[in-house]
Amino acid sequence: MTRSTTGLPWGPMARMAGRRLLAAVPVLAAVTFGVFALAAASPFDPAKAYAGSAGLGARQDVLDQLRDNLGADRPFTARWWDWLTSALTGDLGVSASLRQPVAQVIGERIGWSVLLCGIAFALAVTAGTALGVLAARRRGGLFDRAVTSLAYALEAAPPFWLGLLAIWLFALKLDALPAGGLTDTGSDTATPGQIASHVVLPAAVLAVSQLPWFVLYVRQGVGDALAEDPVRGARARGLRERTVLLGHALRSGLLPVLTLTGSRVPELITGALLVETVFSWPGIASATVEAATKVDFPLLAALTVLATAAVLVGNLLSDLLYGLADPRVGFDG
Amino acid sequence: MADRVRTGVSAAVTAAVVLAVLAVPFAVPLDEQAVDLAAKLQAPSWAHPFGTDEVGRDLLLRSVYGLRVSLFVGVAAALAATVIGTAVGAAAGALGGWADRVLMRIVDLFSSVPHLLLGIFVVTMFRPGVWPVVASVVVTHWLSTARIVRAEVLSLRSRSYVDAAVSGGASRWRVTVRHLLPAVLPQAGLAAVLMIPHAIWHESALSFLGLGLPTHQASLGNMVQSARGSLLAGDWWPTLFPGLFIIVPTLAVAGLAGAWRERLNPRRRSELTL
Repeated sequence: MTRSTTGLPWGPMARMAGRRLLAAVPVLAAVTFGVFALAAASPFDPAKAYAGSAGLGARQDVLDQLRDNLGADRPFTARWWDWLTSALTGDLGVSASLRQPVAQVIGERIGWSVLLCGIAFALAVTAGTALGVLAARRRGGLFDRAVTSLAYALEAAPPFWLGLLAIWLFALKLDALPAGGLTDTGSDTATPGQIASHVVLPAAVLAVSQLPWFVLYVRQGVGDALAEDPVRGARARGLRERTVLLGHALRSGLLPVLTLTGSRVPELITGALLVETVFSWPGIASATVEAATKVDFPLLAALTVLATAAVLVGNLLSDLLYGLADPRVGFDG
Repeated sequence: MADRVRTGVSAAVTAAVVLAVLAVPFAVPLDEQAVDLAAKLQAPSWAHPFGTDEVGRDLLLRSVYGLRVSLFVGVAAALAATVIGTAVGAAAGALGGWADRVLMRIVDLFSSVPHLLLGIFVVTMFRPGVWPVVASVVVTHWLSTARIVRAEVLSLRSRSYVDAAVSGGASRWRVTVRHLLPAVLPQAGLAAVLMIPHAIWHESALSFLGLGLPTHQASLGNMVQSARGSLLAGDWWPTLFPGLFIIVPTLAVAGLAGAWRERLNPRRRSELTL
């Protein structure tokens, strides 16, 4: 980087982050509004959902009282506004399925999801870059064709299916790793050693489900860069293959792809929803699925908004890195 | 050469899948209630190439029926999403100005919620049944078609034959319907075909999570879900084969779509499929 003497362009970057933050406010408000509108249009009854299985035998006047308490008969716009204003004070309501405040559910579980997704993402970026670069060195070669075919097959494979097969192989047949959860059965304290052994399989499966994108795009980017004039010129000058690859092709071919990693947050969340469920990982993605199964609207709504916020942050990160990697792009978006 | 082999294999697999899915109910009617506990969880053999499930049903037959259910959801969702996406994309591209900005903001808004999560939300609120699943796939899949169609329309608007029609006094509606829409249909069709495996993937994920199709319906996701018990007992085949039935047709369709794409724009060869 030639700009190292002047440091990073903090000013433009901060202004871009500020603009995006402002733009995120209406987006998040619109998403919450849409969520409430959908719930209002749906045939499900919030009072019955809140009462859960106890509501099946409940007397009608008890249910009516509950509906009244929940404000279920008011227009959804009013309920949406109430939710929004109390959400801003940190009150996200109470999860009916877990019988806990939603904020507490998120606080207890988000760390586990970040741990799982962080490890998986780091694995996917590292392995994807390595495989992509190796495949790009000789496009059309045996290694390239094997890696590309495998990537397409993995892209088509549902992560839950990969997770189940991994459990069958590594937990049942080889008995090498635990099949799920956070701790061994019978132990209720999570020691670092237990967490480490329990995170291996879900993180590996989540990484494998994210891998194809990285492999294919790194291969594309580096492969195209290898065919460009500067690289051909460097080769013609007799530079070593190592110098050509590391000094020329990787810089122009790899950086743009790696900056796009932030935009992979939606796919990461999709993968986490399935992988956490398969491995009973106590994160927020498995809580989302649980909330959906039990029609736990307050929890589901909060987690949907949280996921949207994560996507927006990922997009911002991606654009900031892209502007850094390619000064021609800048920070105007 | 290798490309032609791949296209040929893809076409053959796609044709076999379509044929099997259409013909099998006539050839071998499925009796949902038929339970043969004496034959439960048999490993793959000549009599049952995919083995049998936990109540003794033939897994090959059930997988074909599962693919049939999943394919129905996939095709219905892809059709609806393509119609919506094409309409929105063509309107945005042809109208331009503030209408374009508003429509594209809506597309961005839908894109900022992770797709599976939005799908989960929709099915949760309108469960159970097939149509909520179709709807949940549609709400997340029309976005890319809208973007593709809008981009095509924008690039077509500056072509000389469109200019000629406009200067000849054709109305905006006429130009859109007679000149722009027919020209974007091949791209929209390609997007629709590529969407089918994607939609099947979504359906199977929702069904696996217990939020999709009713459990009595033998969709591929439901089959993997109900196989979990036998998997933990060590029997791998009820899990393996329904999953392969998702992957193989997906690869075949992607291979066909790749060949189609090269016909549409030969210069974009290097672009990624899927």
